[in-house]
Amino acid sequence: MPKDDGIGASTKRREDIRFLTGKGRYTADINLRDQAIAVFVRSEVAHGRINSIDTAAAAAMPGVLAIMTGADFASVGGNPAGWYVASRDGATMKEPKRPVLAHGKVRHVGDAYAVVVAETLEQAKDAAAAIEADITELPAIVNMADAVANADNRVHDEIENNVCFDWGWIEDNRAAVDAAFASAPHVTTLELVNNRLVPNAMEPRASIGDYDPGTQDYKLYTTSQNPHLTRLLIAAFVLGIPENKLTVIAPDVGGGFGSKIYHYGEEAAVLAASKALNRPVKWVAERSESFLSDAHGRDHVTKIQLALEKDGTFLALRTETMANVGAYLSNFATVTPTFLHGTLMAGPYKTPLVYVNVKAVFTNTAPVDAYRGAGRPEATFSIERVVDMAADELEIDKVEIRRKNLIGADQFPYTTPVGLVYDIGNYQATLDKLIELGDLAGFEKRASESKARGKLRGLGLSTWIEACGIAPSALVGALGARVGLFDAATVRVNATGSISVMTGAHSHGQGHETVFAQVVAERLGIPATSIDIVHGDTSKIPFGMGSYGSRSLAVAGSAMVKAVDKIIAKGKKIAAHMLEASENDIVFEDGKFSVTGTDKAKTFGEIAFSAYVPHNYPLETLEPGLEESAFYDPANFTYPAGAYACEVEVDAETGQVTVASFTCADDFGNVMNPMIVEGQVHGGVGQGIGQALLENTSYDENGQLLTASYMDYAMPRTTDVPFYTVDHSCVTACTHNPLGVKGCGEAGAIGSPPAVVNAVVDALQRGGYTHVKHIDMPVSPSRVWSAING
Amino acid sequence: MQLTDSKDIKAAPETVWAAILNPEVLKECVPGCESLTGSVEEGFEAAVVQKVGPVKARFTGVVKLSDIEIGRAVRISGEGKGGPAGFAKGGAMVRLEAIEGGTRLSYEVEASVGGKIAQLGSRIIEGFAKKMADEFFTRFQEAVEGPEDDEPAAVEGEAEGGEVKKGWFKRLIGA
Repeated sequence: MPKDDGIGASTKRREDIRFLTGKGRYTADINLRDQAIAVFVRSEVAHGRINSIDTAAAAAMPGVLAIMTGADFASVGGNPAGWYVASRDGATMKEPKRPVLAHGKVRHVGDAYAVVVAETLEQAKDAAAAIEADITELPAIVNMADAVANADNRVHDEIENNVCFDWGWIEDNRAAVDAAFASAPHVTTLELVNNRLVPNAMEPRASIGDYDPGTQDYKLYTTSQNPHLTRLLIAAFVLGIPENKLTVIAPDVGGGFGSKIYHYGEEAAVLAASKALNRPVKWVAERSESFLSDAHGRDHVTKIQLALEKDGTFLALRTETMANVGAYLSNFATVTPTFLHGTLMAGPYKTPLVYVNVKAVFTNTAPVDAYRGAGRPEATFSIERVVDMAADELEIDKVEIRRKNLIGADQFPYTTPVGLVYDIGNYQATLDKLIELGDLAGFEKRASESKARGKLRGLGLSTWIEACGIAPSALVGALGARVGLFDAATVRVNATGSISVMTGAHSHGQGHETVFAQVVAERLGIPATSIDIVHGDTSKIPFGMGSYGSRSLAVAGSAMVKAVDKIIAKGKKIAAHMLEASENDIVFEDGKFSVTGTDKAKTFGEIAFSAYVPHNYPLETLEPGLEESAFYDPANFTYPAGAYACEVEVDAETGQVTVASFTCADDFGNVMNPMIVEGQVHGGVGQGIGQALLENTSYDENGQLLTASYMDYAMPRTTDVPFYTVDHSCVTACTHNPLGVKGCGEAGAIGSPPAVVNAVVDALQRGGYTHVKHIDMPVSPSRVWSAING
Repeated sequence: MQLTDSKDIKAAPETVWAAILNPEVLKECVPGCESLTGSVEEGFEAAVVQKVGPVKARFTGVVKLSDIEIGRAVRISGEGKGGPAGFAKGGAMVRLEAIEGGTRLSYEVEASVGGKIAQLGSRIIEGFAKKMADEFFTRFQEAVEGPEDDEPAAVEGEAEGGEVKKGWFKRLIGA
């Protein structure tokens, strides 16, 4: 049994004490002396030319301190794209400038073109309403197919056909893939939509700019998943503030799901306004602003084809996808539909030939970027749907078609035809575990019980894999990344033996403060209660890349382990000195440094104290202090995988779908805190069920966002999700990081949507509605009813 | 959003046409209209207070008449800004045709909204536009021919000195 607070223990989350008692300190909770309030003025039209903005009346209103428009930022830099993706014909990626505030044109409803700063929120809002913008409305470009077809109507005047890039992966395989299709005994074709989602973090975005005219230092409090990256972008690209003069603090952050990775114009605007006014300037988004201006997720239109032998052996797979990037390139908008999507199109299968084509398209909608899973949910959904459809067409059992094609446990490391090397896995094991745990054998009995109640029951499977622990810098650099994706940790042992761990990861709900402390506690043999995890403040933490892509434990955690190892090595040196022994004879175990084969020992606390009271140190060979830093750059992605089963009941009269059960058998490698892992899977599957059944982002033909409140955008509620059965006992430890961990943050959202949709289609097929081959998400009652009634 | 409908008005096409071109009639018929000034040729400035779902706002903007075929057809279009509430714009292509006992007024309405009204009220926009159009043309009908009556409505000219209620527009023009 693991110790109460060591690796493998379901230690309760220490941060929840403050979160659950209202003691969390979010950006909106921070009020600085003399702060002013900013309100952004946002476009009401999807596409328009700004002729003039009259701010005179607004500027004269009570309490108004400053008004800035796009013109005020015309000379500063744009918010850059973090990843270069070339077209398959070699054409360069189109990168329009993304200004702090819209200038010249507004390009989506919610595109901010002015900011009003006033003494109070009410005064700022009143003045914002008095700004008169003369904007000539242009035809909105909403639909991707229209955007590409209509060369004259352009989101960015300089970009023909609104295409950012037309990417092929892997281009050298294209001819072989096409040849395999030409001679294939069977081809299954599916056209599908991966529905656009609004991230809906519980805490809306907020930023406070605080310029100190005395020191000329800037401070930005902001809702970020990666404060160092935000600082780098603002410093190096947007405002040109020297990095050493800018501190970015992301305090408690209430969920991000990807949407708070990116730097947004509001952050630069409050900094600039603070400098102009010599006062702190605070902005807190309203929920409507979040809907309009947070980076959205998904939004793919895909045609996928699978070539098979008649016995169900996969021969080749190819896809054509249009991916909406919205009006501007958000920081990782270009990598999400390409290298986080196309490289996963082999899935957990032995498919020998794969070719992926993705066109990224600009439209007059909010920018689209990574959202929990980022590219891998889109890949998994396409693959798992087409596999089910092929099984139907060839009348092969859905477990068997998967089992037949899964990569064998003895085939690792496995090189896929789309450029990844899966280090380790056992996909049969998770599938077997799923069959047992989900009692798949008992399905028919449950289906008859459902039938007796007038309901159609369906069973949907998904055998998924993903690449996370993002990412090896050398690999992503070769693929076009403009950032490194290492992480960092500093372990500071205080004189009294307590420890502060400064991490480059950022916790915004994940429970790092608990899990990281467990890991350090286990390695050092000291209680987790004497370890604190410090994150989110660039003036305290080393340069790390933050949290997304299920990377925190695999990458930042590995950096932490490396730093702890250095602490142990230094401790041995100190112990050798104190115990008058050779460093090589010192062993460290259970929090004690001892001379091997003797009872001479020093506790961790004694070593720590000695490090800061070095009265008799041989200073030429032993430095005082006990503090170590480490940077860790992974050798490969990590590859969590699993098998999911969803059972649904469909009411054929109303089209209502109820999720009856959801079972997950995952392989996350070694598990540090099973309770937290379970919670991550619950949350991810909940979001996946939300995407599959409820959530949809709808723009009308004029580019007006129709689903801009919780009245119209359906979030999953507790009654929409079942009690989950979750297992992560099938462990193949990651081969290349010191903890053997893979990451679990996105798995649920990646693996679950196809399981739900497969289950609905299965229910309808079993119910005799065999004409229903596919229903696009969200599988709403009206869509199900329409599909049934053909 | 588009919808089409028609109303049979118990008045001669010339009377109906005159009413359409009359700013007083427009003002009375636009639901929630607080003011309307201007002329057919120059267009009108209007202020309208309306509640769309949860959003109540005062819209200011312009109303224009265009595509005029005298006595037969006209497009009435308007565009209003509601400040923080967003904007609304729309128009109606109105056609007149003589029928037995009066005039058939048929209309095709299109409307669109933007900003907060679109974001918060999209569910009810269609119903709202239909209600606005119904109300406008019902008021217009009443203005021209008087309110619905249990008695068979008098054909024009028979009403002299009788009990039949006249539409205020007809009283105005003495028809």
